[in-house]
Amino acid sequence: MRVPLSWLREYVDLPATETGRDVQAKLISAGLEVETVEQLGADLKGPLVVGKVLTIEELEGFKKPIRFCTVDVGQANGTGEPQEIVCGARNFVVGDKVVVVLPGAVLPGNFAIAARKTYGKTSHGMICSGGELGMGDDGSGGIIVLPPEHEVGTDAIELLELVDEVLDIAVTPDRGYALSMRGVAREAAIAYGLPLRDPALLDVPGPNAFGYPVQVSDPRGCDRFTARTVTGLSPEAHSPIWLQRRLQKAGMRPISLAVDITNYVMLELGQPLHAYDRSRVQGTIGVRRAEPGEKLTTLDGVVRTLDAEDLLITDDRGPIGLAGVMGGANTEIDDTEGTTTEVVIEAAHFDPISIARTARRHKLASEASKRFERGVDPEAASAAAQRTVDLLVLLAGGSADAGVTEVIAPSAPRTITIPANHPDKVAGVDYGRETVVRRLQQVGCDVYGQDELIVTVPSWRPDLTDPNDLAEEVIRLEGYENLPSTLPKPPAGLGLTDRQRLHRRVGRALAGAGYVEALNYPFIGTEVLDQFGLEADDPRRTTVKLVNPLSDEEPAMRTTLLPGLLGALRRNDGRGSHDLALFETGLVFRPTGEEHTAERLPVDRRPTDEEIAGINAALPRQPRRAAVVLAGAREQAGWWGKGRPADWADAVEAARTVAREAGVELTVRSDQHAPWHPGRCAALYVTVHGEETLVGHAGELHPRVIKALHLPERSCAMEVELDLLEQAGTGALQAPRISAFPVATQDVALVVSRDVPATDVEAALREGAGKLLESIRLFDVYESEQLGEGMKSLAYALRFRADDRTLTVDQASRARDAAVALAGERTGAVLRG
Amino acid sequence: MSAPNKSYDPVEVEALKPEEIERMRDEALAAFAAAGDLDALQEAKVAHTGGTSPLALANREIGALPPHAKADAGKRVGQARGAVNKALAARQTELEAERDARVLVEEAVDVTLPYDRVPAGARHPLTTMMERVSDVFVSMGYEIAEGPEVEAEWFNFDALNFTPDHPARQMQDTFFVQGAKGADSDGESGVVLRTHTSPVQARALLDREPPVYVVCPGRVYRTDELDATHTPVFHQIELLAVDEGLTMADLKGTLDHMVQSLFGADMKTRLRPNYFPFTEPSAEMDMLCYVCKGESVGNPDRSCRTCSSEGWIELGGCGMVNPRVLIACGVDPEKYSGFAFGFGIERMLMFRHNVEDMRDMVEGDVRFTRPFGMEI
Repeated sequence: MRVPLSWLREYVDLPATETGRDVQAKLISAGLEVETVEQLGADLKGPLVVGKVLTIEELEGFKKPIRFCTVDVGQANGTGEPQEIVCGARNFVVGDKVVVVLPGAVLPGNFAIAARKTYGKTSHGMICSGGELGMGDDGSGGIIVLPPEHEVGTDAIELLELVDEVLDIAVTPDRGYALSMRGVAREAAIAYGLPLRDPALLDVPGPNAFGYPVQVSDPRGCDRFTARTVTGLSPEAHSPIWLQRRLQKAGMRPISLAVDITNYVMLELGQPLHAYDRSRVQGTIGVRRAEPGEKLTTLDGVVRTLDAEDLLITDDRGPIGLAGVMGGANTEIDDTEGTTTEVVIEAAHFDPISIARTARRHKLASEASKRFERGVDPEAASAAAQRTVDLLVLLAGGSADAGVTEVIAPSAPRTITIPANHPDKVAGVDYGRETVVRRLQQVGCDVYGQDELIVTVPSWRPDLTDPNDLAEEVIRLEGYENLPSTLPKPPAGLGLTDRQRLHRRVGRALAGAGYVEALNYPFIGTEVLDQFGLEADDPRRTTVKLVNPLSDEEPAMRTTLLPGLLGALRRNDGRGSHDLALFETGLVFRPTGEEHTAERLPVDRRPTDEEIAGINAALPRQPRRAAVVLAGAREQAGWWGKGRPADWADAVEAARTVAREAGVELTVRSDQHAPWHPGRCAALYVTVHGEETLVGHAGELHPRVIKALHLPERSCAMEVELDLLEQAGTGALQAPRISAFPVATQDVALVVSRDVPATDVEAALREGAGKLLESIRLFDVYESEQLGEGMKSLAYALRFRADDRTLTVDQASRARDAAVALAGERTGAVLRG
Repeated sequence: MSAPNKSYDPVEVEALKPEEIERMRDEALAAFAAAGDLDALQEAKVAHTGGTSPLALANREIGALPPHAKADAGKRVGQARGAVNKALAARQTELEAERDARVLVEEAVDVTLPYDRVPAGARHPLTTMMERVSDVFVSMGYEIAEGPEVEAEWFNFDALNFTPDHPARQMQDTFFVQGAKGADSDGESGVVLRTHTSPVQARALLDREPPVYVVCPGRVYRTDELDATHTPVFHQIELLAVDEGLTMADLKGTLDHMVQSLFGADMKTRLRPNYFPFTEPSAEMDMLCYVCKGESVGNPDRSCRTCSSEGWIELGGCGMVNPRVLIACGVDPEKYSGFAFGFGIERMLMFRHNVEDMRDMVEGDVRFTRPFGMEI
């Protein structure tokens, strides 16, 4: 809502010294979001005067038509002689009154005017267009032609009200009344403690039987319909300057007098109005719901197929308007031919929800629908109709028809009962009853009662429905800025949950290991899943899909963190960072296949546990995962020696790093799983509730995937499910016992078939060595011709120690032999000679 | 060694003459002093203290002297050998110290060499900012509550007093999830990507008995295209307190405490009336500009980029929990009241760390993230 300060002053006697910024501060404090204060004509300087065109000489030989004019500007130029001016506009004739800017003036945009030679003549000033004066460009490209009654030499800055301030207010959805000068003026009056001249307080004749016939068939959709008729409109009548200027400053374009007046009254009182050309309406005006499939061409020329819920204005032929949203083209006021001489004025009140749905359904948000949705004062309808009639009589020479139609569905004003100290309890401030009552009365409430207040809310505040709404009115008018600052005392909390702590630790551990966190969008498409080489029945292809994705290429939610993370890897690589280690922790979205529609539960009570479980079951599983991707060098080359490229082992180690934070030992097995390299893919398992459970994969990516996704060669990746790791956690660690006896070290080198996993050999050694084994470490792996085709050597360092004695060499050797024997039995390992 | 010779005349034993012994001592001392390194000293040591050194030989002769002369000669030789050994030890220490010093000099390295063998990693500043804000409240006794990102409309809207046709519901640019009918199933699934962290409020109230004090950090979604100031996926933190007798003054105090914890002791907040369906009364919250502290307002000489010389920075929305929300979550509004607030983490990161482009926070460029390190 754009509010010109000059217009606002018509309803409230604001101190003359108050600037737009001052008023802005007051209104913001009262809860109107005044976003900007526009300074109109702030840098404008005269002389700018009314002139009368005396002669026009068409200049030939230029690319565009140019006129050399003489203009009578009275004594404004100091001489009284005609002013010689060159002009490129053509929408004027000799005798027209125009706006002339004289040398020495400055137009908006710091445009200084001086006499200058142009098109072979000297132009002593300019004939102005609206755009040049900062009035808003009407798009015509023409200059302003004033009504003839204005005297030459009159100051046009004042005449055109060029200097003003305009407050631009973003009105919140609850404050429909602030979409009017009347509503903003009421707030300004309260904020300044001044009386309000309410423009809706008009003498309105009562309804009678000879008004224009109206039939409301849906009183729930339309609880009030006022119709007035004005006849004898002068087709030549045009909107006066003051009216046009107020509309322009409020952000609307002047169109024709009748339309301008209805817009003006809407801005003034907040009541949307519609003017029908009476000669084009046939019979009774009706209000009803549409028949499904019925059609209406609205004023914007669009043919709209109607829904059974759409509320319509009709005449005997059918629909003539989409009630409260937009009129029909068939009864439009004729603003080009100027043939409309009789109009029927509609001032009605429609159900906000019905209007909101219709506007949304037809994607048609109009000034009218915007107001009806947010709540229009139903009691202002007849005043608005009267105001429209008055202006048509005054400005268009019309006569008010004596007939007054009012169809009103009976309704009672809303009352709310609150304890007188309710606002005090909400605010934490002792305002006292007197203040509470005074503030509520200021916003228009009737208040009765002592300890219990019975509050009748004004018709223009349909948003006031609950006790807290009234508390807000009191608190905002007393000033949010005056609220004290106190701290509540929450009961002692338990800190973070295990899951939250794990999430943080994993982030720190991975960052500590050199990984940089990336937070990627979770949107994916089938293309990346194809590039990953997923089988048709891969569960990662079962996605949560969006109705309205930002991109049709990525309409689904991620089922794995890798697409986003690999995208970030490629982006970084493309930007010149080639040695990369990235991680992400976040949710993936895995439909259960059991999803059904999530019910709209009631809101007037707590849903039952079954109901809550029901809507939760409508949601996909959303486990939290951690993933890393690697490319380039894991260790840089430098003065210390060679670097080392990132490889599959780094990816597996990242998984171990994550698992370690969860206090869980990972079991690693080789696997073949897209998008990993089939020979370099590790499946990762943990024990959850006694069962071995797959928690993720790690390794080098499949060369085909790397190629398809344009990733760096040998890129690696790891992804694990954090929630499973958390469940696998074994609780408090049992502290180890530290033996003070010396260690006995034994090394063994075992030859096994190349395809025996090292982890199996180690497990056998561990078991075979028994409880004397303190630790085991694989320190070398190699293959050679001497070992034989398909064989490899694994060298282990075994450390033995007893809790209660020093081990002899024999005892350590016996344990070692037992270890080797079991490894031989389990894996075919042979001790190297 | 020769056998004792009782008839041997001591005066005939040249080596035991006092001048001779002094000479031997002085020669030894001179040799030690002349030894330039430990090897030379070792040679001098052998020459002057070894078994065949003059003083050792002289000592041997003492036994051959007559008893009356033994004590005298023994004393002289003993004193001389003592002086020699002392001088040797002193020189030894001196030369060892010199050697040690030389070795340490030789072992010196250029400690300014860079070492970026495994460059440091970093957590994303949005993550650490969320943790930092959360921890302000965790330390006060609040708990962190979490909820799903794919959320039921009932939690995202209805339970929060967004009626089905409420204009505010249209203000939120919601991603809707397809139902069984696929792409044409507008709103049919009853499931959306949560448009704010507020549904976690409803979940927290349903999960717990009052008093409830929780913060809810998390990811939220709106259908904005990515540009310098918008992103369809962003982060919010929400706070909810429900207890007996909570007031707007408590809300104000909690906000003041938060900005003081994050931006310094002289910070404060300002509330301006606003509208949100799930709070009543509702307010927009601003914090004092932590850079200019408001001193840039109306002061062109001290203009402030952070707050555009407004003096205040818009933080987010807040208010007293609408009793309708309490009712929908089974909390008795006659007994309990509450307050809530929420704000965007991206915005806070932008003004706290002078991030100029939203895209820097979403693209995962390591050059942006790495400098933020582990904490913020």
